[in-house]
Amino acid sequence: MDGVRVIEIKKSVFADNDRDAEALRAELKQRGVYLLNLMSSPGSGKTTTLIRTINLLKDKIRIAVMEADIDSDVDAVKIREATGIPSIQLHTGGMCHLDAEMTRQGLDNIALADADLVVLENVGNLVCPAEFDTGAVCNAMILSVPEGDDKPLKYPLMFSVCDVVVINKMDVLPYFDFDLERCREYVRLRNPKARVIPVCAKTGEGVDAFAAWLLEEVRKWKEE
Amino acid sequence: MHELGIVFYIIRDVKQVAEENHVGHVSNVVMDIGEVSTVIPEYLTDCWRWAADREELLKGCGLKVNVIPAVTHCDGCGQDYGTVQHGKICPHCGSENTWLLRGNEVEIKEIEV
Repeated sequence: MDGVRVIEIKKSVFADNDRDAEALRAELKQRGVYLLNLMSSPGSGKTTTLIRTINLLKDKIRIAVMEADIDSDVDAVKIREATGIPSIQLHTGGMCHLDAEMTRQGLDNIALADADLVVLENVGNLVCPAEFDTGAVCNAMILSVPEGDDKPLKYPLMFSVCDVVVINKMDVLPYFDFDLERCREYVRLRNPKARVIPVCAKTGEGVDAFAAWLLEEVRKWKEE
Repeated sequence: MHELGIVFYIIRDVKQVAEENHVGHVSNVVMDIGEVSTVIPEYLTDCWRWAADREELLKGCGLKVNVIPAVTHCDGCGQDYGTVQHGKICPHCGSENTWLLRGNEVEIKEIEV
């Protein structure tokens, strides 16, 4: 009988995905498409914030949305009805995140072909989506006031991969022990470059700042 | 909770290596998992058992996890310290100018065939 043979691999499980993501980003650069990966916990107001943002930008640039969820198409339908822009639903088949290959499959959809900005609304979850590079140009996340200002400490990876942290539901600030300055400090600890933008998606307050930042990002991506 | 997704990635990589090496069955897969990689070894091995047994190549194949302790390096004073005990701020000099030296690994180390 043969003995046991050991084959050394020494390879990160994420290596293939990281390679796919780099390839996708290079392709997006060539096509002049800006892909924003938007992440958050369930119920933080991703879809509402997105609708507000899209309505501020849709006359300036061509926008499309990919909604990723484990099941259902409620978000894709909601976006389409509220904004009139193309929106497709991706199902992750039970998985808690999207990877670069799933993102590419979504982007191959004809409805998204000529967009300047594609927003990927990732699965609501602060852990898993942070692990997988989707090929997006930029990662952003939404943290809502009721979740608490300590989340950057509890989910360090999510906050270190995001360049923008939108703080949503600012209208309920008086009812929660949420300290905005403390939150900024915690975010800075995870990623000194991260920009913090407080908004209230319900009233629209502050969303213009997020939209202006996004518009500038899209312009830079196309020109530089 | 992303352990099942990671298991599918591992299976894909192991299958590829097995094919390249003309291996018919794998008896053990050894992983290096960093202490702060957010992968929980117990969940990983549970998901592994479920998924691996569904593959001819990996029926009964074990998954051994080596946990790599997390170490952070401080650029302020040049010293290293345990990430899990002290977090982002250096316990030696109080600097925030620190970075993770190791402990974020999710690597397939080797397979036994």
